[in-house]
Formats: sequence, structure tokens, C-alpha cells
Amino acid sequence: MLKQLEGSVAIAETVAYCRPEVVCAYPITPQTHIVEGVGALVKSGVLSNCEFINVESEFAALSVAIGASAAGARAYTATASQGLLFMAEAVYNAAGLGLPIVMTIGNRAIGAPINIWNDHSDSMALKDAGWIQLFAESNQEAVDLHIQAFRLAEELSCPVMVCVDGFILTHAYERIDVPTQEEVDAFLPPFEPVQVLDPTEPYSIGAMVGPEAFTEVRYLGHQKQLQALHLIPEIAKVFQDVFGRETGGLVHPYRTENAETMIVALGSINGTIKDVVDAMRESGTAIGSIGVCSFRPFPLEALAKALDGAKRVIVVEKSLAPGLGGMLTSDVRMSLLRQAIPVHTVIAGLGGRPVTGVSLTAAFELAVNDQLEDVHFLDLDHAAIEHEVERSRLTRKSGPTAENILRRLGSGV
Amino acid sequence: MSDTSATQRVKFYQTGTHTVGNRLLDEADRTVQASMERANAITSGHRACQGCGEALGARYALDSAMRATEGKLVAVNATGCLEVFTTPYPETSWQIPWLHSLFGNAPAVAAGVAAAFRVKGREDVRVVAQGGDGGTADIGFGCLSGMFERNDDVLYICYDNEAYMNTGVQRSSATPPAARTATTPAVGDAPGNVFGTGKNLPLIAMAHNIPYVATASVANLHDLEAKVEKAMGMRGARYIHVMVPCPLGWGSASDATINLARMAVESGLFPLFEAEHGAVTKTNKIRHQIPVADYLRPQLRFAHLFKKDRENTESLQRIQRMADANIKRFDLLEDGGSAQ
Repeated sequence: MLKQLEGSVAIAETVAYCRPEVVCAYPITPQTHIVEGVGALVKSGVLSNCEFINVESEFAALSVAIGASAAGARAYTATASQGLLFMAEAVYNAAGLGLPIVMTIGNRAIGAPINIWNDHSDSMALKDAGWIQLFAESNQEAVDLHIQAFRLAEELSCPVMVCVDGFILTHAYERIDVPTQEEVDAFLPPFEPVQVLDPTEPYSIGAMVGPEAFTEVRYLGHQKQLQALHLIPEIAKVFQDVFGRETGGLVHPYRTENAETMIVALGSINGTIKDVVDAMRESGTAIGSIGVCSFRPFPLEALAKALDGAKRVIVVEKSLAPGLGGMLTSDVRMSLLRQAIPVHTVIAGLGGRPVTGVSLTAAFELAVNDQLEDVHFLDLDHAAIEHEVERSRLTRKSGPTAENILRRLGSGV
Repeated sequence: MSDTSATQRVKFYQTGTHTVGNRLLDEADRTVQASMERANAITSGHRACQGCGEALGARYALDSAMRATEGKLVAVNATGCLEVFTTPYPETSWQIPWLHSLFGNAPAVAAGVAAAFRVKGREDVRVVAQGGDGGTADIGFGCLSGMFERNDDVLYICYDNEAYMNTGVQRSSATPPAARTATTPAVGDAPGNVFGTGKNLPLIAMAHNIPYVATASVANLHDLEAKVEKAMGMRGARYIHVMVPCPLGWGSASDATINLARMAVESGLFPLFEAEHGAVTKTNKIRHQIPVADYLRPQLRFAHLFKKDRENTESLQRIQRMADANIKRFDLLEDGGSAQ
């Protein structure tokens, strides 16, 4: 049903239609509205047969979900930023135990300096923890991916993160087609666990595993992700049959026909990128873009195929690997092992800095003219950097960097 | 029931000792271990050290919980000795469903298990979480307090051997003052662990006003079993803190475990009590308080207090004062009993 809703509220309603049995809540911006929404639906009785547990930390939130899932309940939680890092140990644990928990990430920067705004540093930090990571391009896709995530997680016994850009999506009010309970029930079968704590059939879960079997356990986790490469498009197809929307899948190619310049990105920034692609196509540039929906498993083949024939690739990233450059870039390069295509990194939107069409266009045009550096920082304030470098060169006790930059900006120098 | 013990109406002691004789009790009062019908939550063949207090405490506690729940029991374990020595896969000692997740999250995982059974209408299945003193008093403390505050339907049992034994005897916040550990060596002007203010987990648990808190000892297994059984008869968050000597970490003989546990109680250093909703309801009385030195001397971790001709009287007196303060605080002395 079409509704005018905040993204978080739409996600909360949708999660409720997925009939989670245990939901753990701990507040952290910008995810908080989601668990608030689910909590209200439980309290009002709209979502029955669900234990809504207010915990004392994110570490506990995922730990409660781990216990619930191991006891056979469909478990859900949501977090962001510092919260995801605070539960990092449990993130690995849930994947290692093969527990199909679904968790929303309201993507947000990691401090210090503390920053509540959007980028992808949080989920990137846990990209190799064994979870499937799906990135939503729009609030409609965020809604749809949650329904697909439960089915995917439970079919594979593998936890899934649905990554939703903080504020840009979580706090945006827009027209969203929220499914009905009947539609979701038709798509999502009840949870049948492959392992469950049951006194009538007791076994031990979580034993010590030594060198004799650890590699095999890890390999099987890897294999699950490879299976997901097939299952994700299949589930998207079934979803389309039930809901009539093409959503999810591995990658979203846009105007890639005969494109010489190809843009690759994760999440909501693809909306802006598509506008830029349209405008540049209009003025005769052969450019296209690919939104990566499934970041883990990484669709190496699908991406290689989609990028085939391009002269250059530009990866627009909302995260930074200090000392290296782009994290998504490394993976994109991995998909191009057999194709000699230069790959540039554009670091953009860190800590919520707006990524404008004007700035992206300028960067893409530099690339088209073979003038874009390998790692380019979009809209970097070079004067601020130079001033700070010079100031700390002059005095040993130069003090805290972030505060000094802010003081300079505040003084309007 | 007497006012001084969770179990015994009349106390039977073997001649010349304070040992309670199982065979002197009625059939019904005997420990479950003496019964053919024993629940057997943890079977033999595990890899615990000889004389391990934790293996003994856990076996009696879990068997008792199994009996109380007619076998409908799930155990959640924090990382630690108990977790490691019971699951040398492909072997496992656990005859009940058992889940180990992490070092610091057992209370939260157990809360999740309990929530799952509640939502599935299986409230007849009960949950016990367990960990050592490090997993309980230190790294799992936040999750434990959260579980208490929410009054989750979980019995948490702490097996306190007063240090991180699984990693090689490092100090925890439950390590007693002056004790030598790998991170509090017996050197310098103040050898061993510092004299701090202590972190008393049973009292902290009581401060959450949860339905039931008890301390127990492997020197009094009947009492331990009765407390676990009582806890399993209640709903909500419950906490039992069991003192379990560790021959390896304490530097004590493996056949001294029970005796040391008993001396910890009878010196007043480890008071046995029960509390409901934040108030102490029962204490196990002491007939004759023994000097703390009697308890400390057989343990190599305190050997530096008893050097020939150079006994550290100041430290011994400070520890004695701690024991005496417990005697007073918990009113531990039997009528007509003798103090130090």
C-alpha cells in the first residue's frame, strides 16, 4: 500500500510484517526510529507473539538475538556506527554459529571525531565478519530488502545486514509502497532452524574448534556466501513475482550500454549518480553506473560482466581505508583481474558531507579527460588541510586536530 | 528447615571433623549424586584438573537444576575453564542443550534463549547461565546487570575461583588482597594483589532487588543443591555465587579443595547466605570461627605471607579484619559460638 512515511517507520512496519519473535533494542542515532517503531507495534498489539527487549548495550542486543536465534526464534535488531563496533565480537560470533539474524544498519560515520552523520565506515569495518551485507539504494528498496533478508538468512542459516544510509534514507519522508501482511506471509515461510536448543534432543553449540577443523568451518561460511550469489537473484525474482517490483539482486546497472566511463557505488548515492549519468549522457558522454546491492557476497562475476568494455571505472566510496584509499575499490579491482581497466577512487560524503551532482560531474569529467588522480577526495578543503599541517609544524604542542580545524572554520579565516 | 541452613533440620558431623556425612542423612535428604536417579548434566571424561572445584560445583548445581526442572533445562556458558574442559569436541560432557557464545555475554544470550522459549509458549523449559569470576565480575558485568535489571527469567551461577585460571591465573576483580597471581606477583613492598575495596557480586546482585541471591560452597553440597533447587522454583533473575577452589591457581593440593572451601566459610571470609528481593533471609552459621591464617597457609598464592621468621602480620591482620567484618555484617556466629 502506498504511504507517505519516514524511511525508518516504513522499515519498522515491514520488519513487523516479517513476524520477528524476538527484537532487541538499544538506541543509537540514526537507527533509533526503527526499533522505536517496532517497539510501538509490539506494545500496541499490532505485532503479536514478539518479545521486545530493551537491552543495556549493542553488545547485549546482538547477544540476546544470538540466544533467541539459537533457541529457534526469528530474531531481529538494528544498530549503527559505534553500536556496530561495540557489538563487533558478537557480529563474528553470530556468523560463526550460523544464526540467521537480520540486522538493520543505519549507516553512520565512526569517531573520533564523533559524528552522527552518514557514511559507510561502520558496516565496512565488519564487512568480512561472515554476514551477508545488502545495501539499499532507496527507502523502497530498504523495505523490500528486509523481507528478502529474512528469507535469505533463514534459507542459508547465515546472518544478514541490511545497510540503509543514515538520515538520507532513515529520516527521509517519501512515498513508499509498504507491503501488506498477506503479501509478506505469501513470500516469507515460517522459520525452520537447522539447529536449535531443545531438551528432547540435546547437543552442544559453540564448542572449541582447533586447527583440525577450523579451516573447514570457515570455508563452509565462505561457501554459504558463494551460494548466496545464486540465491540473492533467485529470491529477487520470486519477490518480483509476489510484489511486482524489481528490487534487490546483486547489482543494478544503469545506462551501461556502450559506456566508456563506468561509476560504481553502494547505497543511496546511486540516486545522485544516476542523475549525473543522465545529464552527462545528454551532453554526449558515454557514461553509465552500477549500484552494488550485494556487497557481501561480492558479485565478482556479475560486476566483471557489467564493466566489460569500459575504458575506465570510478568507484565512489563513502568510506576510507587510511593508508590505502578505497575499500570497495579493492574489491572492484578484484573483479577486473582479467580486464586491464584503470580504476579510480572518489572518496565522498564522509561524516555526512553532501555529495552534490556538481562535484560528482566535475570529478567524472576529469576522469573522462584522463586527469582524475587514483584516489580523489571530493570537495576536500585544501586550505584547511594546509593550515593545520603548517600550524602543527610550527609547534610541538599543537593540540587536538579536529577542534583546531573547527575553530579556524568558526573564526571565518 | 532450620533458620541457619537451606537444607538440614539436624546437622550430622563425622567425628573429629565438620564433614556432613551423606550416609547419616535420610534417603530423601541425601545428595543427588548418591542416587541412581541422578540427573547427570555433566558426565565424566571432561578435562578438568584433578581437584577442580568448578567441575564439582557445576556438576552439583546443574544436576540439581535438572532435577528441579525434570530435565527441561538449557545451559548457556561464558568462555572459561568450564566451557573449555567440558567440550573437547568431538566429545562433550553436556547431557543438556548447551550454548557457548562469548566471554562477556552469557547473561544476555541466556536472556535471549529464555525470551525465545517464552514466545514459543515453552516456559516449562528453563535457562541457566554460568561463568567464572572473570566472566561474571569483570567482562560480563554489564550484561549481568542488564539481565538483573530486566528481571529476565534466568538463573546465573558464578563459579568463583578468584582469578582468570583458564588463561593462566591472572588477577580478576574477585581476587582477594595479597593473593599472588601472574599479574600480581609476590614481589616488592606490597606483594600480591592490592588491598582494594573489593567487588562483592552477591551484594551487587542484591542491590538489583532480584527475587533470589545466594552464596554457596563446594564444601557444603547439600546446601548448594538446595539453593539451586529453590532458585529453580522461582521465576525472574536469580543469582548464585559458588566458591570453587582451584588447585592450579591457588597452589593447593588437589585433595585440599573441599577443606579449603570449608575453611573459607568457617573463617568468615566467604559467608554463606540467601537473600530475596534485596534482603538477607538466611545465613549459614559458624560454630567456631577459625583464624584466616589457617585457611591461607596451605595455599601457595599466599606463601609470601608466611615466610620463615618473617610472617607478614600486617597483611594477615588486615585479612582477619575482613573476615571479622563479615561475621558482624552477616551475623554469622552461632549462639554460643566462638570468634577469633
